[in-house]
This record gives sequence, C-alpha cells and structure tokens, in this order.
Amino acid sequence: MGKEEYRDVWIFIEQHKGEAAPVSWELLGVGRRLADDLEVELAGVLLGHNVSHLVKEAWAYGADKVYLVENPLLEPYRTDPYNKVIVELVRQYKPEILLLGATSLGRDLASAIATTLETGLTADCTVLSIDKETRCLEQTRPAFGGNVMATILCKESRPQMATVRPRVMPMPPRQEGRQGELVRVDIPLREEEIRTQVIQIIEEKTAAVHLDKAEIIVAGGRGIGSKENFALLEELAQVLGGSIACSRPVVEAGWLPPEYQVGQTGTTVRPKIFFAIAISGAIQFLVGMQTSDVIVAINRDPEAPIFKVATYGIVGDFREVVPVLIEEFRRVLKK
Amino acid sequence: MLEMVVCVKQVPDATEVRIDPQTGSLIRAGVPSIMNPFDAHALEAAVQLKEQLGGRVTAISMGPPQAEAVLRKALSMGADRAILLTDRAFAGSDTLATSYILGQAIKKLQQERPVDLVFCGKHAIDGDTAQVGPGLAVRLNFTQLTYIIKIEEVNLQERSIQVHRKLEGRREVVRGRLPALLTVERELNEPRYASLPALIQAMKAPITVWGKDDLEVDPSRIGLKGSPTSVRRMFAPPQREGGEILPGSPREAALALVKKLVESNILSG
Repeated sequence: MGKEEYRDVWIFIEQHKGEAAPVSWELLGVGRRLADDLEVELAGVLLGHNVSHLVKEAWAYGADKVYLVENPLLEPYRTDPYNKVIVELVRQYKPEILLLGATSLGRDLASAIATTLETGLTADCTVLSIDKETRCLEQTRPAFGGNVMATILCKESRPQMATVRPRVMPMPPRQEGRQGELVRVDIPLREEEIRTQVIQIIEEKTAAVHLDKAEIIVAGGRGIGSKENFALLEELAQVLGGSIACSRPVVEAGWLPPEYQVGQTGTTVRPKIFFAIAISGAIQFLVGMQTSDVIVAINRDPEAPIFKVATYGIVGDFREVVPVLIEEFRRVLKK
Repeated sequence: MLEMVVCVKQVPDATEVRIDPQTGSLIRAGVPSIMNPFDAHALEAAVQLKEQLGGRVTAISMGPPQAEAVLRKALSMGADRAILLTDRAFAGSDTLATSYILGQAIKKLQQERPVDLVFCGKHAIDGDTAQVGPGLAVRLNFTQLTYIIKIEEVNLQERSIQVHRKLEGRREVVRGRLPALLTVERELNEPRYASLPALIQAMKAPITVWGKDDLEVDPSRIGLKGSPTSVRRMFAPPQREGGEILPGSPREAALALVKKLVESNILSG
C-alpha cells in the first residue's frame, strides 16, 4: 500500500479516570499547524470508559474530528487493548501522522504501536514541521544527551509517529463552543486476550507532578553543597509559592530524590520563572528548562554556561544572595 | 527455574560528552564508555531472581566489538553467559531494526530453552528513547511491563508476575502473564559491586559473538536499510539569548532582581 493513501494528523488524547493529560491539548496545538500545512484534517483519538465529555474539549483545542472508542476494558490503561485498538484504527482510517505525549503511558504505548505497525517513531521531539515538497514530517529532537539537535525523517513508512514531552509545546488557546465531528468506533475486546491486570492504582502527590505544573521553580545544583543548604532554597520557593528542583548531581549525591530532577534524564519544565542556583548549566540540564519564560541564574562563577541562557544573572554566592531575595520578596509580596 | 535474558547497552558517559564551540561538532574522543545505568538495575533484578528461585541469566548486547566490555561487566555482576550481537550490517539500525535484531537473537535462544523474562533498562541515556524495550516485547509477543520499581512476586506455577509500575503521579500494581518483558527504573534495586574473583573470572569468560549470518534475519529489516527513520541533519542546539548580569554587590543585585520581577508583573496571577 502506498504512503499516498495515508492522510490526516492524529493526536492521542491521553486520559486517566476521565481527566485528560494536558500534553494532549499541547499536541493538538502543534497538530493544528501540521494539519493546516498539509491541508488535511486534525483528529483526536480518545480511548477509555465514560470519557465522551472530553470530545468537546478536543474540539475546543483544535480537533476537527474525534475518534472515540469506549469500552470498560479500556479503563484503566493497559498496553494490550490500547495497542490493539489504535493499530486497528490506523489500519482502517490511515493517518499520515500520529503524535503521542512522551509520558510514561505515551512511551509505553507509542513503541508498541510503532513496532506492531513496523513504522518509524521518534521520541521527545522539540520541533515538528512539514517539508512542503515531500509532505514529510520533520522531527527534531536532542541527541547525544542534548549536545546536538537531530532532524529525523520517516520517509516511506506510515504513519509517521513521534512523541513530545509535556510542556515542550505551548498550550493552544481554548475555543469554547468550537464544534467538530465525532466518529464512534466499536472494536471488540476480550479480557482473556489482555495479558495484564491492574490490581491497584496508588495516586501519589509526588514532586514530579508538582514540578511539571509549577509556575515558579527554585532549582539548586552541586554548588549548593549539602542537603541542609536546600532549606534556604525551600524557603525561597515557599515565599514565591513555587517548588524546589535540582540538577542531576544533586540526585546522585542523595540530597534530593529523583522526582526533583530537571533535565534530559529528569523532568522537562516550562515555568514562568526558573531560578538556577549554583547550577553551572550543562547542556543536559539546559534542555530540560530552557523554554522557561524567565530564567534567573545565581552563580559564583561568571563563566558558568547558565549565564548564557539566563534572563537575569547574579554573580555571587547564593548564601549571600538568596537570603536577601527571601526577605525582599516577603516584603513586597507581603507574606 | 527461571530462564532470563537481560539486554545491556554500552553508552558514552553522557556527563563527559562535550560539543566543540567552534565547529559545533561532538567531541567524543576520550569519552569513557559505560554500561547504561538503567541496564545495571535490570541485570541486578535478574540476578536477584536467580538467587531466589534458581535459573539462568543471559546478558545480551548489540553494538560494536568493543561493547564486549559491558558484557564482561554483566558477567562480573552475576550473569551466567554473554552474547554479543555485532556485525557491520547491524550498524545504523534505528529502534525498530534494533528490536528486530534483538528479537531474532532471543528467539534463537528460545529454541534451546523457552525464556520466561526479559529485562531492559527503562531507557538508554544516550538515545533516551525508551523504545527498544516495548518494541522487543512486541517482537517476542511477551507481556509488556514498563517502568518497574518493584517486583513483588514471580509465580512459576501460575506463570505470572506481580510488579509495581511508576507513572506520572501514580503507581500501579500490575499482575501479568509470563513470559514478560520488564523495563526497570533506578528505584528497583541497588546494583551490586563485583567481587575481585568475579571480576577476574569475567575477564577470562568466553563471550558468544553472533553476526547476521548466525541469526535468521531478513537483510532488508536490519541496519540503515531496515530503519524507517533516518537523520536528515544534525546541528548545534539553538542558543537562548543571554540576558543581563545585574551589577553591584550580591545584596544590590538581589534587590534589583526583585524589583525587575515585580515590575514585569510575572509574579501576579
């Protein structure tokens, strides 16, 4: 079958207990642009049980169409039935592009789908665009620990699949009342064919959840010097209503648990303000935070690479700077 | 008796890779190679299960001939045997072709004795895709269990495994059928240090080397030809525009910063 038969851009709408993962809407934002460039339709793919309330949300965030598959066996998420349903949808409706969020669930699913369909999959794209001549999806991602960017193509196989981390793409505006098409598809599933059973789900209010939603992040690096010294950063975070975070060496030193790590092997964040304190700014760290609106760097070393990306830099010892920030923010914010 | 396979990958120590500021190219000379850190946890998990339930652990790696080093490390940490998949024809394989080759190699092992469990790290720190593990589960038609932080039970009578998975903001306790493929997180265990006798033994141990002619592989599905994705170009990451360094003493600079942030209204709402 020729690749020309494949049309439209699909976005996997990830949901848990009827609540959509925000990355799904971020992807609809990118998908809208790709679909417009290709002059095709943008569709959301929504699986679950009692999740039809999310259809109008998908329309509001830009979908022209939503493929909805509802079945009690699709809640909670399990790899087998999700893989089966999406593979069948792809075979039936033939999208040229399929994007998923690079969450644990999205990565678990994306690779299973791509391997079953024997098509290409590019993880953690930071830029997605269309080559107008070939209609190919240009998938740009950091490679070699973020030291270089690579643009990857999937020239012949369809659909072209990619994942994008949460918060890498901006949230598109929500257009209340925007209408679209709903395509309900029934794909028979049998419990006996599903090889896993979810015995229990333990909801956790971990730092990671907090971190990728935090509007203000106060992050410390190796230069903080000890676990105890993070108390100062916590205090600043508290005054600003933000969250603390750290770079990889801090986790390796055991000063903070891995959930707090920002960067290539940690969480990608996009807060309004990111404080990088005593962090030199290795590229692996920068790729996880450089899309923050405002970056403040505090470091003793004026040559530290972090200053190259910082909106505001202060050259100095954090032990002298941070207490002044706490005191002054407290005064002006009246906390 | 459990028959287990652990996939290990040799990766450059990411903390050591630098980019040449003049040419924008990668400086890889002199960068040490290590076992992908997550794979060490995968191996430890298999070795611990062997110690509890008995069985055999085979470490397998695909890469250039020098990837032998990570297999020796795997042997020193408790793997019983090691297989290196190396061939010029494998070079340039993307994740789809890689999972195909690994899958064909494990299928070859299965002809000898069926495999119960395959372990992989949750991702490799160089590619960072997390795609080969799940891809391999599909290739082998094994139950896919990713992001494992705890193995509660392996029940050989029932042919089942119960594990804890880590997802964003929640954990799942999942029961799956054997055979299964697990991708593991750091929290699962603490990889052991090899003892000196184990290190010496691992240095001397034979390593099986398989190339494309040793496996039943379709030449059109391996290497560059078997990879649907290809790199169009590489370039230095775009630099964010650097801003201003606030002058003065630490106190003066801190006060200036607060003033700027408050005036920019970014703190409101």
